[in-house]
Amino acid sequence: MDHLAPPMSRRADLVSDEHVRQAAKRRRRRISDLTGWGFIGVPTLVVVGLSLFPAAWAFYISLHKWNLLTPAKPIGMRNYQRIGDDPDALSAVWNTVFFTAVFVPVSIILGILLAVALNQKIRFSGFYRTAIFVPFVASAAATGILAGFVFEPNYGVANDVLRRLHLHTMKFLESPTQAMIVLVIIALWGQIGFTVVVYLAALQDIPKETIEAAIVDGANRRQVFRHVTLPELAPVTVFTAVWQTITALQLFDLVYTTTRGGPMSATETIVYYVYKVAFQESRFGYGAALSYLLFAVTMLVTLFMIWYSRRAKVEAF
Amino acid sequence: MRARRLPFSAWHLLLMPVALIFAVPLVQMILTSVMPDKDINSFPPKFIPTRFTLAGYRGFFGEPHAWRWILNTVVVATVSVVSHLVLCSLAGYGFARLKFRGRNFGFFAVVGTIMIPTQLLMIPTYVLFSKLHLVNTLGAAIVPWLTSAFGIFLMRQFFLTLPHELEEAGRLDGCSPFGVFWRIVLPLAKPALATLAIFTLLNSWNDLVWPLVAINDPQNFTLQVGLTTFQGMHRTDWSSLMAGNVVATMPLIIGFVAAQRQFVATMTLSGLKG
Repeated sequence: MDHLAPPMSRRADLVSDEHVRQAAKRRRRRISDLTGWGFIGVPTLVVVGLSLFPAAWAFYISLHKWNLLTPAKPIGMRNYQRIGDDPDALSAVWNTVFFTAVFVPVSIILGILLAVALNQKIRFSGFYRTAIFVPFVASAAATGILAGFVFEPNYGVANDVLRRLHLHTMKFLESPTQAMIVLVIIALWGQIGFTVVVYLAALQDIPKETIEAAIVDGANRRQVFRHVTLPELAPVTVFTAVWQTITALQLFDLVYTTTRGGPMSATETIVYYVYKVAFQESRFGYGAALSYLLFAVTMLVTLFMIWYSRRAKVEAF
Repeated sequence: MRARRLPFSAWHLLLMPVALIFAVPLVQMILTSVMPDKDINSFPPKFIPTRFTLAGYRGFFGEPHAWRWILNTVVVATVSVVSHLVLCSLAGYGFARLKFRGRNFGFFAVVGTIMIPTQLLMIPTYVLFSKLHLVNTLGAAIVPWLTSAFGIFLMRQFFLTLPHELEEAGRLDGCSPFGVFWRIVLPLAKPALATLAIFTLLNSWNDLVWPLVAINDPQNFTLQVGLTTFQGMHRTDWSSLMAGNVVATMPLIIGFVAAQRQFVATMTLSGLKG
């Protein structure tokens, strides 16, 4: 250490001064690091431990044949290859895509329509709002059980209404061709409140001046809606479409409490199939591969929508 | 010739039937829960009961664990909400306001998980919980709801909108960072906290698929799982099923009607910021 000794005491003072400042700075930094991690440490650990870590583990599990009881057998990508040859998996994907393709556009169109209607200053609008929003807070389990009652073919209200109108009664959830459409209707009943609320907020964000200016320029109500209101709603629509798509692709609760995937697997969705494969048949490796398929489909659809909206110059994300 | 004007706004022609379609099933659920079986099985079906009876509720609460399910759900929802409020506001504040090493890394790790669907996590979480002996306990239903990336993100966005001056004043008065957070920032965050609480309450109360796979012991069922199990055993006992439905949905529906403004704010925010 001797050869490092400074020749002049003044410089020594400076150096040690600098030293002290550095040490104080380091200590302050350590304290702020500790404070920072004191705030975010536990929550971050919980989030990462309960999502990033299991997500990675799910991929590892998907490379194995495993029933949890006997040791896992590594089989490479075979679980993924099997999906293409599994008619049940393909029909689950088809059912899910069908549900999504009907549910999302209808929920957007109905959402805009009802939001515009509820945005009018008319009587009873408070009652209308409450009635349309309330089903959103009812659990999907209860909604499914209630739907089973309403659409019961013999004494359900739905067929009673059809009878009174002198129309043909239907089998609804017991018919392989109708069940999925009925599920869309039930899901709309339970979910539309969300879409309407989001569109209502967006409508109220449109500056009044914009609409007034259009009217001054001689636009009629339809033109205002077409050329002012709708473009203003575009970003929200991209968001709602993505959100509702993700929700629709994950359909499970309603299926579980109404049809349990029937009749004849007509309403078996991807998540329901994952549930069946993993938790009823104990094929955890294959179930994990299927859930990665769901993840991939979700990502692809979401990225496509964002890409499409960017191309159409809608700023949503 | 112009059509004669209606004495009321034409919007009612759309809204009235739609509102009825949304409201009538819920009204029917309540009416059926107090309806005698004779009415339910009559043809054509009755909407208004000829006689008021609690037989449906006796049926549902005849299920030996029904009260436990309610208690379990209340416990799950309470712990989830309290834990969400504490952990999400702590992390949200840390990410929004404090400067420390690893902040950006931590934030991206948290926000990145928003994209991961919970269904992907079901299988590994089940395996993990069974190794930790959490499966079949009420803890299995609680732990995934302790905090969430979305909640942390929500609180961070809110804290970013607060003006810095108040916190600086607090620090000059000698408050520690936690003191500033606890005494100055949190009281200002009540609207955001209310939103987060409602969001968590809705999700934890209504969750079905996760407790369904993680809990097999009827003692530890949540209300939603209990309800579907009860449905499996009483396929056509509609008054009891509707009674169970009323029990499972009414607390949130009453909360919604009582605090509609707050609920709607939550739905909007979880929509626009999700």
